[in-house]
Amino acid sequence: MLSRRELRIAAFATAVIAFAATTGSALAQKKYDTGATDTEIKIGNIMPYSGPASAYGVIGKTEEAYFNKINAEGGINGRKITFISYDDAYSPPKAVEQARKLVESDEVLLIFNSLGTPSNSAIEKYMNAKKVPQLFVATGATKWNDPKDFPWTMGWQPSYQSEARIYAKYLIRQKPDAKIAVLYQNDDFGKDYLKGLKDGLGAKTSMITAEESYETSEPAIDGHIVKLKASGADVFVSITTPKFAAQAIKKLAEIEWKPLHIVANVSASVGGVMKPAGFENAQGILSAAYAKDGADPQWDNDPGMKKFYAFLAKYFPEGNKLDGSVVYGYGAAQTMVRVLEMCGDDLTRENIMKQAASLKDFTPDTLLPGIKINTSATNFAPIEQLQMMRFKGEKWDLFGDIISGDLSN
Amino acid sequence: MSAVQEVVTEAPTLDAVPKKAMTLGNGTSLIILALLIIVPLLVKNFIIFQLTMLLIYALAVLALNILTGGSGQFSLGQSAFYAVGAYTSAILMEHADINYALTLPIAGIICFAFGFLFGLPALRLSGVYLALATFALATAMPQLLKLGVFEHWTGGVQGLVVTKPDSPIAALFGHKISQDMWLYYFTLAISIAIYIFSVNLLKSRSGRAFMAIRDNEIAASAMGIDVALYKTLAFGVSAGITGVAGALGAIAVQFVAPDSYTITFAIQLFLGMVVGGVGWLPGSIVGAAFIIFVPNIAEGISKGLSGAVFGVLLFLVIYLVPHGARQVAMVAQNLIGKLKKN
Repeated sequence: MLSRRELRIAAFATAVIAFAATTGSALAQKKYDTGATDTEIKIGNIMPYSGPASAYGVIGKTEEAYFNKINAEGGINGRKITFISYDDAYSPPKAVEQARKLVESDEVLLIFNSLGTPSNSAIEKYMNAKKVPQLFVATGATKWNDPKDFPWTMGWQPSYQSEARIYAKYLIRQKPDAKIAVLYQNDDFGKDYLKGLKDGLGAKTSMITAEESYETSEPAIDGHIVKLKASGADVFVSITTPKFAAQAIKKLAEIEWKPLHIVANVSASVGGVMKPAGFENAQGILSAAYAKDGADPQWDNDPGMKKFYAFLAKYFPEGNKLDGSVVYGYGAAQTMVRVLEMCGDDLTRENIMKQAASLKDFTPDTLLPGIKINTSATNFAPIEQLQMMRFKGEKWDLFGDIISGDLSN
Repeated sequence: MSAVQEVVTEAPTLDAVPKKAMTLGNGTSLIILALLIIVPLLVKNFIIFQLTMLLIYALAVLALNILTGGSGQFSLGQSAFYAVGAYTSAILMEHADINYALTLPIAGIICFAFGFLFGLPALRLSGVYLALATFALATAMPQLLKLGVFEHWTGGVQGLVVTKPDSPIAALFGHKISQDMWLYYFTLAISIAIYIFSVNLLKSRSGRAFMAIRDNEIAASAMGIDVALYKTLAFGVSAGITGVAGALGAIAVQFVAPDSYTITFAIQLFLGMVVGGVGWLPGSIVGAAFIIFVPNIAEGISKGLSGAVFGVLLFLVIYLVPHGARQVAMVAQNLIGKLKKN
């Protein structure tokens, strides 16, 4: 028979062992790579705060504000986010320097939403050699969905090619005998887009009867429009950036050419393109979207957008809700936070890529209803769906189903 | 026009003996060399990478310094020569599998020829008009690189990814040699060779001819100097060195794309030359440090206003030391001289 004292010791010993066993297993679960600790997660970012693309810098600022919000609300599983964002002035060599600074000097866990196709191309090889996640890059190029060769790099927004394929699908279905005239910007954006359009048309590529390209340095594109009209086309696909998209809309009205007009999503901004081009000239234009428009009153009572407006009011009052970049940064940052939450206490770089590649039906507040983020080990393209829309009055009317830009369906 | 010319015409008046003022004393040179050799052994790979870029930009600034400081011609087109060098090296490495070290002389020769040929028509222009012609070259270059005709070779707008060379030796002074460290010492060796070549070039007959043209073209031709030949030669040498720098830059950054070589880069090099001191070759490294590190400092002070902060810093430099690093060096030299006397 054990004495009372012995019993007490035995009980205490059991308790100690049990405690040690549980904390031991808890400790074993916590795994970190450089850049993550019990209290902190370091995230790096590269943005063109200066230089020719500085208008996009607001994305970085929105993301910083969003992470501040997360920190103010207690962080992710108790860890605060430290967001280190550097300027690369849209210059690839500078992006390499900044990426190396982030990884080797600031020792971040990952680089998130670095902006620009040239800058991301420049650091892609380095990031993959170092095995540091290059997550949700802010570019629409198609090349980021390549898990086999670049398992540490992932895109976020729909690629230009998938968007163009959606227009191709629409045209084949709605206007099978169309004669298509294409105006495209002579750079990676324009060429990627044109390829998507042609891939989408497939055997019917001959529907494209005229192609014209322009340089961003051209002051006006009137000459190209007149030429395209002369080709006798009845569909006009405008693969243009905002300034040129607005010029094209105006010119079409001026020369009284009324084809079915499709504008790329990057230039679908109401405030930035449609209004300056004149609402009366923009009626009936088609485009596609994946995010809600902050300028559109139809979302005023949408629960997701209400959260977005509340965030703007409290954490980012200088952010302009009409600016698509603000909506963009919010959605991207929310996806990042979601991935980190899914990682739990296993904050290794490998687990981050694993979790980023297992997003199932995730919907950030700012995406259109029905559009969901899905990734897998073989699919590194988070957003692949868009919805067609038609410009009516002073806003876009969404119509039809959510369409996937995937080639297979 | 007068403002631009002032920089060149005023600069030589600062030093009575231009030949000597072009270089540093032996002691100082050795100290700087020792620092350049030892520092990389003590710092992180990222800093080594920055130091490599520092040397590469210093070479490009040096090349411009030979052209402007030496022969008195302006160029805002150095980014174009740099781009040609970078693309030559990248294309030879990736498409023809040529060893990276061999691509450097080829890049240098191609750029020398390119610069020499460009120098021929440019001869008829002087001062700001020449600067404008080279400006046109710099703005045209990124677009030429994007042309569909060359796309198979240049990779078009997507650019080309370059493989970084491994170190052929395993260790140095007990330190393991990483790719970055190897590339640094490789770059350092080439930089020293080019620096010695440049100093000797400016001390030679050709160098004296350059400076005579810079100081007074008519007097130079009266003395029997073939003005046309030496002016194009200066362009060729400058372009050749810039091309080597560009090739090294492509290897260090591991990526070439048209957007890397815009007019902004040419202006940065010009700025580096002015900050380092026009016509003072050792100033090139100071100028390169300015264009690499000061934007980072400006960003650290204010992210939204980094451009403005950079402008203020630049303004301060120009206002306080209009002759750049050379002026600082001369003041320091005088101080040391006084201390020695005491």
